[in-house]
Formats: sequence, C-alpha cells, structure tokens
Amino acid sequence: MTNMPRKVAIVGGNRTPFARSNTAYRRASNQDLLTAALDGLIARFGLAGKRLGQVTAGAVMKHSRDFNLTRESVLATALDPATPGIDIQMACGTGLEAATTVANKIALGQIDAGVAGGSDTTSDAPIAVNEGLRRVLLDLGAAKTAAQRAKALAGLRPGHISPVLPATDEPRTGLSMGEHMARTALAFDVTRAEQDAIAAASHQKLAAAYERGFFDDLITPYLGLTQDNNLRPDSNAEKLAGLRTVFGDPETATMTAGNSTPLTDGASTVLLASTEWAEEHNLDPLAWFVDAETAAVDFVHGDEGLLMAPTHAVPRLLARHDLGLDDFDRVEIHEAFAATVACTLKAWESDTYCRDTLGLDGALGSIDPEKINVNGSSLAAGHPFAATGGRILAATAKELNELKQREGGTRRALISICAAGGQGVAAIVEA
Amino acid sequence: MTDTYTQFVNSGFGRSLAKQLGLPAPVPLRRHTKGGPLCDGPVAVIGEGEHVSDIVQLLLDHGIDTSTDAETYGGVVFDMSDARSPRDLAHMRENGADIVKRLGRNARIVVVGTDPDLLDAPAEVATQRALDGFVRSLAKELRSGATANLVYAPVEHNRPAVRSAVEFFLSGRSAFVDGQHVRLDENTPGVNLSADEPLAGKVAVVTGAARGIGAAIVEVLARDGATVVGVDVPAAQDALAKVVNRARGTSLALDVTAPDAGERILQHCHKRHGGFDIVVHNAGITRDKLFVNMSAEKWDQVMAVNLESILQLNEVFLGDEGLGTDGRVICLSSQSGFAGNRGQTNYSATKAGVIGLVDTTADIAADRGITVNAVAPGLIETEMTGRMPFATREVARRLSSLQQGGDPVDVAEAIAWLAQPASGAITGQTLRVCGQNFIGA
Repeated sequence: MTNMPRKVAIVGGNRTPFARSNTAYRRASNQDLLTAALDGLIARFGLAGKRLGQVTAGAVMKHSRDFNLTRESVLATALDPATPGIDIQMACGTGLEAATTVANKIALGQIDAGVAGGSDTTSDAPIAVNEGLRRVLLDLGAAKTAAQRAKALAGLRPGHISPVLPATDEPRTGLSMGEHMARTALAFDVTRAEQDAIAAASHQKLAAAYERGFFDDLITPYLGLTQDNNLRPDSNAEKLAGLRTVFGDPETATMTAGNSTPLTDGASTVLLASTEWAEEHNLDPLAWFVDAETAAVDFVHGDEGLLMAPTHAVPRLLARHDLGLDDFDRVEIHEAFAATVACTLKAWESDTYCRDTLGLDGALGSIDPEKINVNGSSLAAGHPFAATGGRILAATAKELNELKQREGGTRRALISICAAGGQGVAAIVEA
Repeated sequence: MTDTYTQFVNSGFGRSLAKQLGLPAPVPLRRHTKGGPLCDGPVAVIGEGEHVSDIVQLLLDHGIDTSTDAETYGGVVFDMSDARSPRDLAHMRENGADIVKRLGRNARIVVVGTDPDLLDAPAEVATQRALDGFVRSLAKELRSGATANLVYAPVEHNRPAVRSAVEFFLSGRSAFVDGQHVRLDENTPGVNLSADEPLAGKVAVVTGAARGIGAAIVEVLARDGATVVGVDVPAAQDALAKVVNRARGTSLALDVTAPDAGERILQHCHKRHGGFDIVVHNAGITRDKLFVNMSAEKWDQVMAVNLESILQLNEVFLGDEGLGTDGRVICLSSQSGFAGNRGQTNYSATKAGVIGLVDTTADIAADRGITVNAVAPGLIETEMTGRMPFATREVARRLSSLQQGGDPVDVAEAIAWLAQPASGAITGQTLRVCGQNFIGA
C-alpha cells in the first residue's frame, strides 16, 4: 500500500440504447437492463470469468424485490460469481456517484477494477399498495388471534383498492421536478427560444455522433433497439417552437415536452481500473477519473432551485484543483431540462449569484457553447435516471481520448449532473 | 430448427412405419464430446500400404480395438495408397465388404490413397482417381449416420498429416462430412500441443460471429483452447456479447466491409491478446432475387460482404504485421458455390469466388507456412435456413446421404480441425460439410 492515492483509469463503457417509457423495453426489468448493459461490457473487454473488485450500480425506480439488484445482475452475467455487487441510490446522480465510489476504492488500493452503473425503467415501475391497505395487511400479519385478525380486516375500506403509483414529485414540496425547474427558469429569465435551441442542438449532435460511429463501442443493442428511440435527428427550433408548454404558470411558461427529458428506460455501465490492472489486461485507458464533488441545496426553505446543486459542487471541485472553467476542453451538463443547462450557465456567469449564493469573489465564468454536450445529452438520448451518469462518463472519456489523439496535450472535461432532492454531482475527467 | 421428421422416425412407431414404407431413416449423428471415444466400436484396418502401422497405432492410442473378428464395427480404414493398377482395387472388396456389412450406427469408412496429381503413369493415376468414385458411391450406400471419406496422401510420406486426417474422419468431428476427399501436401504439419485443446495458445478471429454458424465456430474454437475474438456489425452486438462471453473471448464491433476493418482487427488481436493466428471469414449475407429482377444494391451488398471483404482483409492479414508461421485462413463457401441455386446468382457467384480465392491465396501464403482453405456447408439448420419454405427445406434435408440437415457445430468442427497445427499439410482446398448432399456433388 504505497503511493496513495492511485490514478483511476476509465477503461470504457457500455450501455443499452435508451427507450422512451412503454416502448421497446416495456417488459424489461431493471435487472434485465442492467444485465444486458453488463453483458456488452464484459464481451467488449473480455471480462468473462474474471473476478472484479466490485460492481456498484443502482436504480431510482426500484422494486423492493430488487434489494440486491446489482448482485443479482452480476450473477446473471459471465463475470466470476465471486464479484460483489453493491446497490446505491442518489436519484439522477446515482450513476456518477457509483463511479465515484468505485474510483475511490481503486484510488485507495482497496480494489483494482470495478464497474459502475445504473439502470432505470419507468415502464416496469413498482406499483405499491395503498398506504391504508398496507397498514391493514401489516396489522393482519401481526394479529395472533382470530379476533385480532377480524379487527384488522374490519379496517378495509373501498378506497384502499387504488394503488400508489410512482411519481417524480418532490416529497417535501409536492411539486413536480418540472414545476421546480419552471420556477428557477423564470428566476433566471431563461427564454423559450434559448431552451428550444438547446434541445434542437442536443438532437442534432447526438444524431451526428451516431452517424460517425461514435457509439459503436459504447452501446450494445437490446431487444431490437439499436439506438436511442427518443432521438429526432430532424429536430429543429421551429418544430420545437410549436409545442405547447407543460410546466409553470401558463402566463410565463416556457417549458415543453420538447425541451424537457421524457421518462426513459435503459442501463449503463463503466469499467474503471487501476493503471496496473489495465496494463495487465492489455487495455488502454480512455481517460482518468480525477475527482468528484457532491453538493446539496436547501430548495425547501431557501431560495435555491431544486436542480441548482451542481452549480455549488463545481466551484468547490475547481477550487480543490486550482482550475477555472477555461481549463476544460469539454463540459457535460446533464440536460434534465434545457432550462437546467441554461440556468447553470447563467448562474456561473452572474457576479451577483456567484457572490451571494456561492460565496465566490465574482462570476465563475462562462463556457464556450462549442464545448458543451458535444455529442448530445439527455434531451435527445433520454434519461433513465440512474443510467445517465454512466452514459455521460463513458462518452466523455471517449470524446476526450479522441480529442487528445487528434490534438495532443492533456485534455480535461467537467461533468455536472443535477438530482432530485436538491442534490448534484460534479466530476473531472482527464485524458 | 427442429427436424420433426428425424425425431419421428427415431421414435418406436415412427421407425417401424418408416421401415415398412421405405421412407428415409435419418439417425441422430454421433458428434464430438470431450473425452468421448474416437469411434463407437472396433475399427478394422485393411490394406498393405505404408500407413497401416501408423493407423493401427492411432487407434491403439485412442483405445480402439483393431481386431477383425468383431460382431459390429465402429469403422474401417482402407490404406490403398500403394495401389497402382486397377486390379489392386479389388483388395477392398475382397477384404472389406464383409466388414462394411457389419458396420454399426454412425460408423466411419476412411480410405487413404495417393494424390493422383502427383502420379504420372495413366494406370496409376486412373487407379488412385478411381478411389474417389468408389468412396462417393460407398458413402451413398451406407446407412444410419455412417460416412465414407477419402484422404489423398502425398507420394513422399507425411505421417503426422495422414494421422491427423484419418483421426478427423473417424471422429465425431466429421459427423456431417460425407463422400468427400482432402489432399495432403508434403509439408510437415505442426504439432498439436494438447489433444484436448489442439488450439491452445492460438488467437482466432471469427467474422459474422453473432449467430448461426459463426456463433458455433466461436464456441468450438474456444472449446478447443483458442482465445476467440468475435467480430460482427454494431447492430448485432447483443447477440455477439452472449456468444463471446460464453467462450470467454472478446467482441469487436465492426463492419468487415469498412476500409479500416483489417487494421482494426489486427490491432485488437495484438493489443488485447498478444497474437493473431487464425481467421475465419464467416461473415456472409443473402439478398436473393432472380437475376433479371436483381437490384444493383442487392448485387453489390452480397459482393461486398461475401467476397470483396475477404480479399481486402487478406491483404492486411497476409501482410507483414499479419498472420505468422502456422497461420490459418479459413473461408466460408457454400453448396451454392458448387451447384448454384435459383434466386442466388449473386450469392452463388461469391461462394464460387471463394473457392477460387482460397486456391490462389494458398500459393501466395505457402512459403510463410500459412494455410488457406474453405469449408462449404450444405443445408445447415440455422435461423437463415429456418426461413426456407417448408417443403423446400424438407426436400433439401432428405436429398443427402445422411438424410438430414447438419448442425452449425458440424461446420465449426471442420473449421476447427483445419485450424489445428496438425492440419498444416492441407491448403488451397474447399471441404464440403453437407452430409453428401446430392446437389452439386
């Protein structure tokens, strides 16, 4: 145990194509999806029969039976069954947080190689019984005598029949994520046109990446789908301008189904390893996982927006490495909504926001739009919550690697992902 | 594809009904199993040629009885390599007919001759050439999964090569090879380092590996000890992942028609597996249409994948950074390449082209110890043949000596054998794996 911490290589990744809810993966469970994503990764990197330090993954919409989702998925693959599987959950930050956990263990020398991943399906979503019925059933289970059982059953009401469907509403505010975003967008004066431009660009850039074969070694088809079925290569600002708004006060609303991510199903994985492990296995790292920072904001009582935590995480992460926004060749800002990207950029460009809210001396800076989400992001690809981190991390590593091979020098990328509950994760990747 | 008829005639009622009506009676073929016997029962060795003692030794090494007074036989080997006049051929009838009568299920007949192309006198050439007609006819007379094949040895003795070929034709690996011959040249072949894993230490590339015959090739090469790289188009990666994960190999997503395909395959093999020894050009497509209705697209696609890609890849694989000594190039031809097939002018052209390609490429690669061969499947039960019309498929199945379609593994076994170091004396040939299909024979 010398020379700590060790460098962490991003060896490569694999994901399923992402499918809009209730389409191609309607009958696939989280375990099916995660297993499929792992299978492709194992084949690409020759991991069959190999024992990895751990596989860490998670799902946001999760059945109670999937308490060991990752471990069960590992057992369904060709990996050595002695590979541990660990479940984690941090809403939309799950995938990147999983990568951080695995990377840290590698850096500390606790493991040599591991997989980070995530899966989500809103098609095969868990449906829970009504809270009243649940209470009755629990009482029934606890009853010891016939009389107690009868009493428990007497508590049944016709209304109990309606199940509890999963929702993306924030438990503490009762507002949907979209409603929260709409408030922040309004506060930052984000226009409809700005958002539609971001959405159209996302589709066009993702389509171009497919076109040049960028995803050939990042995606493995699944259930007949060979690419993300939310992608609209012919999307443009005019078409998007025709959509009606769905979130916020109709008077000021700017957000539509076109500039918000749809519910999506899919899974992603990333292979991380120490330099030595990668060398031993004849694998060239794409890039290095340098560091990560999580943040959370008080969106319940405070003034901060629900999805603004990454704006806090990034300056802290940059300060730790003495870097500025100018030092990055690529920036990935998860497009939960087009407005998320716009608000994040405006926040960093604002002297007032950076001084008053982030406690900085002044504006963090601006980012050349040419460097942002260069291969498209969630608006086009879709956003299976826990799978987004892996999608972004693997694609970013490959993008940086290509950039380095083309232009040389050290190449650096910043990743920013917002999550429900007012949380966020940011990471630095280097090639 | 389930062959319901074969299942039926192997049931009690089905068997007696088929017998009474004189219907074809295909039997489940004996296929290779690890640790299984070379043949089911004693094998008689007939003849006075130079190979007899080696063949007896081969059988003894496999624990096979070679006595000539058994009730039923698992096989018979005729060494006719020294036959130089037509009169010598009678030896087979005199000493072999009675044994052939007593062959059991899935028995094997192997005839060892001398390559007539290496002889000069008309009588000698005629005598050895006669063996080919003899074997083809005898194969058609055999029943119950038994096969007959011919090994043409060089005049200069090549003992390890003969041993390897006789072993293959006796074994379950050649289950669907019937009525065929291979020619052995004078080059001393390499040595299989392990009997159980003859391909141990080899790195093999299989194109079109995601399904059907390609998937079976991956499986068999891996079973025989090779590290296998499965190549297929990006859209087939899900199926490919399952195949290579079972084989503990690696997948490579690329289109064999891409200009950089050869370089990328080489790079992957050298970087990831530290070598590159065997390539199986299996990727192939059909785009059937009558010639008069054939679109340019259908014609061009089939040419590009089935033929042009092989030529282009071989340029790279036979280059300086490519295959080394004892390298193996194995292509997939097809019965259509011999016989033609209505609606398949494009496909048959490519598959016949492959036969020519291996013939010539073998000469180019010879001085580097690389062999180049093809395997030509007949009707093989795959997803692709499963889409044939019912009646057409049923007729195609019965129109062979073995009266059934082959399994993808049968094609894979022939390929795995050609890939062995011990098969180094075979090059420039196309081996049919067709159960002696009557079409194009």
